[in-house]
Amino acid sequence: MTDNIAFVRHDTLPPAPPPPSETGAIKWVRENLFSNVLNSVLTLLALYFIYRIAVGFLPWMLNGIWDAPSLQACREILNGESAGCFAVLTERWNQLLFGFKYPTDQYWRPSLAFILLFASVAPVLFSKLPRKMLILTAAYPFIGFWLIWGGTIVAPVLIALGFVFGYVVFTRFEKNSFAAGLISAIIAALVFWYIAGFVSEALSGVLALEPVPSRDMGGFMLNIILGTVCVSLSLPIGILLALGRQSRMPIIKGICVVFIEFIRGVPLITLLFVANVVLAYFLPPGTTFDLILRVIIMITMFSSAYIAEVIRGGLAALPKGQYEAADSLGLDYAQSMRLIILPQALKISIPGIVNVAVGLFKDTTLVSVISMFDLVGMIRGPILASTEWNGVYWELFGAASFLFFIVCYGISQYSQWLERQLATDHR
Amino acid sequence: MTQATNMQVSDEIAINIQGMNKWYGQFHVLRDINLTVQRGERIVIAGPSGSGKSTLIRCINALEEHQQGSIEVDGTVLSSDIKNIDKIRSEVGMCFQHFNLFPHLTILENCTLAPIWVRKTPKKEAEEIAMHFLEKVKIPEQADKYPGQLSGGQQQRVAIARSLCMKPRIMLFDEPTSALDPEMIKEVLDTMIELAHDGMTMLCVTHEMGFARQVANRVIFMDQGQIVEQNEPEEFFNNPQSERTKLFLSQILGH
Ligand SMILES: Nc1ncnc2c1ncn2[C@@H]1O[C@H](COP(=O)(O)OP(=O)(O)OP(=O)(O)O)[C@@H](O)[C@H]1O
Ligand SMILES: [Mg+2]
Repeated sequence: MTDNIAFVRHDTLPPAPPPPSETGAIKWVRENLFSNVLNSVLTLLALYFIYRIAVGFLPWMLNGIWDAPSLQACREILNGESAGCFAVLTERWNQLLFGFKYPTDQYWRPSLAFILLFASVAPVLFSKLPRKMLILTAAYPFIGFWLIWGGTIVAPVLIALGFVFGYVVFTRFEKNSFAAGLISAIIAALVFWYIAGFVSEALSGVLALEPVPSRDMGGFMLNIILGTVCVSLSLPIGILLALGRQSRMPIIKGICVVFIEFIRGVPLITLLFVANVVLAYFLPPGTTFDLILRVIIMITMFSSAYIAEVIRGGLAALPKGQYEAADSLGLDYAQSMRLIILPQALKISIPGIVNVAVGLFKDTTLVSVISMFDLVGMIRGPILASTEWNGVYWELFGAASFLFFIVCYGISQYSQWLERQLATDHR
Repeated sequence: MTQATNMQVSDEIAINIQGMNKWYGQFHVLRDINLTVQRGERIVIAGPSGSGKSTLIRCINALEEHQQGSIEVDGTVLSSDIKNIDKIRSEVGMCFQHFNLFPHLTILENCTLAPIWVRKTPKKEAEEIAMHFLEKVKIPEQADKYPGQLSGGQQQRVAIARSLCMKPRIMLFDEPTSALDPEMIKEVLDTMIELAHDGMTMLCVTHEMGFARQVANRVIFMDQGQIVEQNEPEEFFNNPQSERTKLFLSQILGH
């Protein structure tokens, strides 16, 4: 025996599959649902609850009426049976989507804008798509504006050209200093737009769509407009605020801190009231300052302050070594932020940013309190107030919740996918 | 195996530090540092923890700013002008204790980033240069992996290659091997020795005394923010002058 203690293995054993009791659905059920008495009882209770909900809800859902001119008619068809009256959705579908003032024969315009939105956001969301599609992304704000608000195409084209002109001027003067470039670019663009104002007035008939004023926008379209515009504006502004808050220059840092802390300390709804009423007092008399634009500014300010704080968390989570490595390679501030720091900080911040974005999108329904007719505003106002549909709550608010849920769940799924894509550090 | 013949030292001055002082708030970290480094010189800086070794070499590429005295790198005097600092940084490579690779970029991208953005090298050419140096540190096959997939020793060699891709004239090392397992220390030291043989001007903070003996032509001993002693490695180890050096050596050589 003793001379067998020394042992050397010469060949490696091949891996063997686990025994059947360790795999398969039965094992999963036993381990997760019936592992002990308490768990078994809870499982049975849960099954009973699911059963009761299904029994109550499914008939209501499945026997629902989809075709009726009014709640009255719907009740008659149902004849005392309890079921949903979804006819309100089919009958008022267009109002729910576009509001009740948008010209009916122009619905194709926001619909087309909505489809184009996907095409132009796609290259930003999925880096595998051809980079040429970014041209569409850059052009989209102007196309979308033209489609939804109408008017001559000259105006959005000139606005876009103003940006291009400003950029050209910027590259000219940037060599002197960044500030000189920025200031001269802003002045150049403003002058350009001032002149362009006359041009577009003179050419107001060129490729003109029927103009639709802002107060006629409504329905889910309004939520989507506010949501996309505010999210896409507040992300870059939030990044700048977060970087500004880290700045060594006391003035910049101070401005950013005061802005962030002030905005975070104020409820969004008060900001919206300010946008609705108070802002008008500060403007020179006679200027009309579009209500949607005012609301966009307020919501953007609000969410950019939150996004700034989220990103600040991401920046703080990066080890100091990353800044030092970037510095020691001779990258300047802009390069090290853009190439090293922000890609990592933003990646860390994705869950927080998505949180803010989803919250922002849902908060766009708050505009209904300043008498704008977004999806919720439409339901609470024109639809529920109408004689035909007075009293249909579950179906309408259920549908509204469902629409919002689809969008928000989509955003959240995308962000989880993105996080997996970006998981390169394997730590 | 002492000094190799191709490790020439020219009389051109690479780094010239005169009367340099640095404070962290009230704390006087570096006191009256005077140090001249010839081109091609390989200097090892040793000293107890907290003696200011890291701070000293980080002042050379302005990762830390000094409050008094002058630092001249490659003929350029360090000032607070940001252009001037970026210029010096692009001439001086640095390797850190914890590698500080960019985890979101592949090994190749880590190496090509600075040449492309700072030197404005075309991407193709930058990739060729990067592959050249990755071959030199003997890990070209890892080029498409991410830093997190590499061992510590491999990461440190990538970090060295990343610095070399900027074709620096001076290399700074801050304890490049002290976060590594013994097995990996050798592969990094071999890379550094090879670099020394190529005539690179090097300043290394390290406790690898074998390395110091083999490649350094000067060992600097620091304590409490001062340069206490400097000498050729043989003299330094066999015949230390100051008491503090003796004490330090007896501790680190483990007797
Ligand atoms: N940012 C800082 N603020 C205040 N004190 C600091 C800072 N960085 C370093 N110090 C102090 O300066 C002194 C020198 O630090 P340094 O990192 O240069 O030491 P070191 O010689 O590199 O030590 P080690 O061998 O542990 O790396 C230490 O006493 C340290 O506590
Ligand atoms: Mg140190």
